[in-house]
Amino acid sequence: MATLSDRLNINSQIEHLQAKYVGTGHADLTKFEWALNIHRDSYASYVGHHNMVSYFGVVENESIGRVKYEFLQRMLLPCGLPPKAQDQSEDEEEK
Amino acid sequence: MHCYSLTLSRATGIQSAVYGNFSAAKAQEVVVSRGKVLELLRPNENGKMQTVVATEVFGCIRSMAAVRLTGSSVDHLMLGSDSGRIVLIKFNKDKNAWVKVHQETFGRSGCRRIVPGQYVAVDPKGRACMVGAVEKQKFVYVLNRDNLANLTISSPLEAHKSHHITFSICAMDCGFDNPIFAAIELDYSEADQDPTGEAASVAQKHLTFYEMDLGLNNVVRKWTDAVDNGANLLVAVPGGADGPGGVLVCAENFIIYKNQDHEEVRAVIPRRSDLPGDRGVLIVSYATHKKKAYSFFLVQSEYGDIYKVTLSYEGDNVSELKIKYFDTIPPCASIVVLKTGFLFAASEYGNHALYQFVGTGEDDDDVESSSAQLVQTEEGFQPVFFEPRPLKNLLLIDEMASLMPITDMKVANLLNEEIPQIYALCGRGPRASLSVLRPGLAVTELAVSPLPGAPTAVWTVKRNTQDEFDAFIVVSFANATLVFSIGEEVKETNESGFLGTVPTLHTQLLADNSMLQIYPGGLRHIRPDRRINEWKVPGRRNIKAAASNEKQVAIALQGGEVTVFELEQGTGQLVEAEKRDLGEDVSCVEVRGEGRGGRGGEGGGRGGGVPGDPPVPDGLMRASFLALGTYDQTVRVLSLDPGQGLKNLAVQALNSVPESILMLYNAGPGADRTTEGGLFIHVGLQNGILIRSEVDRVSGQLTDSRTRFLGTKAPKLFPASVRGVRCMLALSSRPWLGYNDQGRFNLSPLSYDALDYASGFASDQCPEGFVSVVKSTLRILAVENVGDAFNTQACRLRYTPRRLLIHPDYKVLLIAEADHAAVPLAEREDLQARLAAIAEQEGAPVQGVEFNDELAALEEQFGAPKGQPGQWAGCLRIVDPATLSTVFVQELDNNEAVVSMALVELQLPGAGQGIEKLLAVGCARGLRYMPTDCEAAYIRIYRVLDAGRRLELLHKTPVDGGAPGALAGLKGRLLSGVGPTLRLYDMGKKKLLRKCEYNRLPHQIVSITVQGPRIYVGDAQESVHMMRYKKADNAFYIFADDIAPRYLTSLLPLDYDTVAAGDKFGNLVVLRLPKEASQQVEDDPTGGKMAAASGRLNGAPHKLEEVVKFHVGDTITSLQRAEMQAGGQEVLIYSTVMGAIGVLYPFTNREDVDFFSHLEMHLRQEHPPLSGRDHLGFRSAYFPVRACVDGDLCGQFASIPVKKQQMIAESMDRTTGEVLKKLEDIRNKIL
Repeated sequence: MATLSDRLNINSQIEHLQAKYVGTGHADLTKFEWALNIHRDSYASYVGHHNMVSYFGVVENESIGRVKYEFLQRMLLPCGLPPKAQDQSEDEEEK
Repeated sequence: MHCYSLTLSRATGIQSAVYGNFSAAKAQEVVVSRGKVLELLRPNENGKMQTVVATEVFGCIRSMAAVRLTGSSVDHLMLGSDSGRIVLIKFNKDKNAWVKVHQETFGRSGCRRIVPGQYVAVDPKGRACMVGAVEKQKFVYVLNRDNLANLTISSPLEAHKSHHITFSICAMDCGFDNPIFAAIELDYSEADQDPTGEAASVAQKHLTFYEMDLGLNNVVRKWTDAVDNGANLLVAVPGGADGPGGVLVCAENFIIYKNQDHEEVRAVIPRRSDLPGDRGVLIVSYATHKKKAYSFFLVQSEYGDIYKVTLSYEGDNVSELKIKYFDTIPPCASIVVLKTGFLFAASEYGNHALYQFVGTGEDDDDVESSSAQLVQTEEGFQPVFFEPRPLKNLLLIDEMASLMPITDMKVANLLNEEIPQIYALCGRGPRASLSVLRPGLAVTELAVSPLPGAPTAVWTVKRNTQDEFDAFIVVSFANATLVFSIGEEVKETNESGFLGTVPTLHTQLLADNSMLQIYPGGLRHIRPDRRINEWKVPGRRNIKAAASNEKQVAIALQGGEVTVFELEQGTGQLVEAEKRDLGEDVSCVEVRGEGRGGRGGEGGGRGGGVPGDPPVPDGLMRASFLALGTYDQTVRVLSLDPGQGLKNLAVQALNSVPESILMLYNAGPGADRTTEGGLFIHVGLQNGILIRSEVDRVSGQLTDSRTRFLGTKAPKLFPASVRGVRCMLALSSRPWLGYNDQGRFNLSPLSYDALDYASGFASDQCPEGFVSVVKSTLRILAVENVGDAFNTQACRLRYTPRRLLIHPDYKVLLIAEADHAAVPLAEREDLQARLAAIAEQEGAPVQGVEFNDELAALEEQFGAPKGQPGQWAGCLRIVDPATLSTVFVQELDNNEAVVSMALVELQLPGAGQGIEKLLAVGCARGLRYMPTDCEAAYIRIYRVLDAGRRLELLHKTPVDGGAPGALAGLKGRLLSGVGPTLRLYDMGKKKLLRKCEYNRLPHQIVSITVQGPRIYVGDAQESVHMMRYKKADNAFYIFADDIAPRYLTSLLPLDYDTVAAGDKFGNLVVLRLPKEASQQVEDDPTGGKMAAASGRLNGAPHKLEEVVKFHVGDTITSLQRAEMQAGGQEVLIYSTVMGAIGVLYPFTNREDVDFFSHLEMHLRQEHPPLSGRDHLGFRSAYFPVRACVDGDLCGQFASIPVKKQQMIAESMDRTTGEVLKKLEDIRNKIL
């Protein structure tokens, strides 16, 4: 059985991982946060792979430089505005 | 199935380019990254860009920077890749290869968000470098030199900042003060938390300076300041003693000068007057020209316009920033200014180019915007307009062909040639083309002139051994010889001293500048002072074969008597040295091989006047080997050492009579080509086979024979010159060129008619060509782009080509073109007027820009004007492959874009009507991307008329549910994939009639293929689904699908149960339905329908197995099967976005699989990739690699050091030669 200290240790390890590797999930991750990570990861990957930006560039008939810039720009709000923190308020109401 | 993957033609697109002096001080060189290939380019003296070396790095190169250490005269190169490592490499001139200097791991691998490598920046003084990721991470390394002046690298210093997206990084020029790196960053942390969107709307980009304190060895955020929110690129401004320092921030529509404690200086970027108002102007590439007194920047916008940016400053204070229109060239991934006054433009799409500066761009009539004249109005800053014009300051010198992007490809033999042609759709917008690729080298015809009668042979002779160019062309006929002198023009001459009344067998310029003519009756030795010595054949015999080098002559008489003459030093006489009667008629002779006590037989050989054939080194008297082919089907090697009496050294029995012999040195890799290569004897046999054996340089023994079938005629072998190295021309039913390329011997066919006889040729206009006779013409030819696997012919297109079809009956190519956000031809007022003018001039209507070279060139230079998103221009075209010209073209109306096209056999409506092959075209009106959506979609049905010369629209059916991404025929009906719906249509009189549909496919159908009752459906995100159509129930059902998500781009059935698929991320996969499942589906009376109902988790009852998995590393755009060799084996050919063409070759036996798997394993160990990426990791980037050997890695065996080669070969219980032979064999099997 894991002792309390072990569990704390694991928690701190997970926290460390989450701090170090952006995008590491946790138990309370919302759908929106998950989607945010996925989208940012995807855009970063597209920008990194020249063949992918070129592919998008051909399809959209845009310059590769423009496509790269647009992708980086979209990393700010890749999935639109975050949802209102309903869950929290509901939880509070229940209490 | 086990495959061998091989890139036939490496990517031609360029990801980025860096200028530097890599091989030597002041060498003008450019390193380009082609995604996963690193290539060193150097312009030659004629201004042609030439590849010095191309190295596959088995990783994804994301950025590069040249590193110049203080006091060093050559540059290192720093690579930012997906390896999770910082890699510093150096070019080794002797090995002609890149060598890793440092490789330090900093974290995880891959092209991820927080993995550094996306940006690299190096301090101009070479003291520190920064490696940055898209988000958060930035490492700074200190570069130093140890006491041996070797480059050392520190442990990394972190300059991380969470929740910050980085747009650009640059190293500032601050002289010998602490190095500073500047970055454009955007903080997104608050936008994530704020549901009102307020935080997102006020999110501000910042320019941040990171100072590397060399004294304290730490990095601090020195200064940060808000910048324009459109900022995307940083350009360092020369500082220290050379300028004011600071950075230029390129933003949408603006260029802003910024520096710490300096107010910003802003100027608008002039914009084209025809640009829609809502479109910005973004700078995508730049080049800095830095000189002590004067420096300027060239920046290029996304539309291709180049501007010259200059700063006025006093001390550290910048007073004015000027942006002046310079010229327009197609948009570039990188532009590079060479110190010699050239500009290398690495195009984003299409051919790259080298320009020469012919103007400084200081004319007053060009539009200029200045920070001093910035006018701010209520709507923002007032724009400055200009009209693009033809080139004024740049002059095009050379173009480097690029196929990027290949959007579709078909392999077919439409022209009844020996092997099929590859038809590839390339390019984008006005630079689009249909390219026909044929394996082999392109040949340019420099001159063709008729000759009287039918010549039998041709030679070139120099006047002097030191001469660079040839002086005479000697042409032999059945009973005469003609001599032509080469000058301004080629004309007949009598001054050579050659005997004109006899046929010639051989000619040679000897070491003392005397000329030798060998004719059947004897030898004619023309001394430099025009004295003539004749040697007549004793008796009534004739000379049958002859060979010579500069000091030795060997002749073989009828009956088999061989005589060797040597040039006696001092007297200058040819003296009989050795004689031997073989007793067997000799068919061919060759004199070659190094002399005792040192190598250098390089000077020998027949027709020794080949350019680039180095003279026999001083002190070397003779070649050591005489090779003879005799009619008893043997080839012998005799010793030429004096006193040995032409002793037999080796005899090799052949299966046919040898026709021709040539000995060549195989160059080792590197500039010092002579150290590692072996001597090879090439024998052309009468049955069309070429045998290549290695000759032991000491004993003369023949080992390691390799054979290759060249054609139906006996190959005749001639020496020629390629890149200054002796190589072989083999003439069979088609001509071949055997040459060394990066340490490997290549034998490539020439794309030219069969030649009868040839000889090397060098002149002013053509430094490396050959002269040949074909029937009764004399031709001077030159080979271009040696090293390319394919030669290309192109036909210009109007818009970005999307789909290619081949009409099997009429043998014509059907092409669908479409451009997003483009203005259709009919609405292009500027063009219409010009086209009308041209039509008036020529008296015939001109259908489009592509039919007029002048207009097309302008369109290519400026690019097409931008339209609105959702606006489309497109056309359908028929191209005749024989003439490679358009026979029919029709613009699409109604703002429609072609998304799919297929030739389908449809049952025509009405009683008694048959089945007809019709063209179905899926169109979408007002198609938009991200997310994909369209206003309406249609399927058009065309009839192909006049033997493929015309299309007639039968009808157009609106379809609902999305864009029709794929079409196919199914038993006289039309199967369409409309969005995620598979739908079956019957052909009606007025429109298509919907019969059946299945709407539960995951996302978007991109491919449909039908084989018998099975339908293979490819989804844009969810891989392959195998379906059936049940007629009784009129329903589709899925009986098998894949276990992994794959973003398919192409799908190709290999057999009934097996499909090959390529995806967007660059994975190739072969999927197979397990045998039992296949049987079950066939046997099941419900056809697996019941089982389909019981599928788990919404999946199909049967799952496909992955047979082969391989990561190519480049988006695959099409898959084809073809035999690329007459009588060869079928291979899988793929094309990629970056313009590469590669194959998967299925192994035919277990032994090969073992051999190559082991070789691959050893090479992974002994020769890890240059980018620092783990090879296995790269090939398994998305899915673990399976049952596929990387032939590109195996191919590198030829270029690794000999010691390592031996070690690997030993551990595989083979010799190096055997391994190389295996590699060559498998390559020859493929192409």
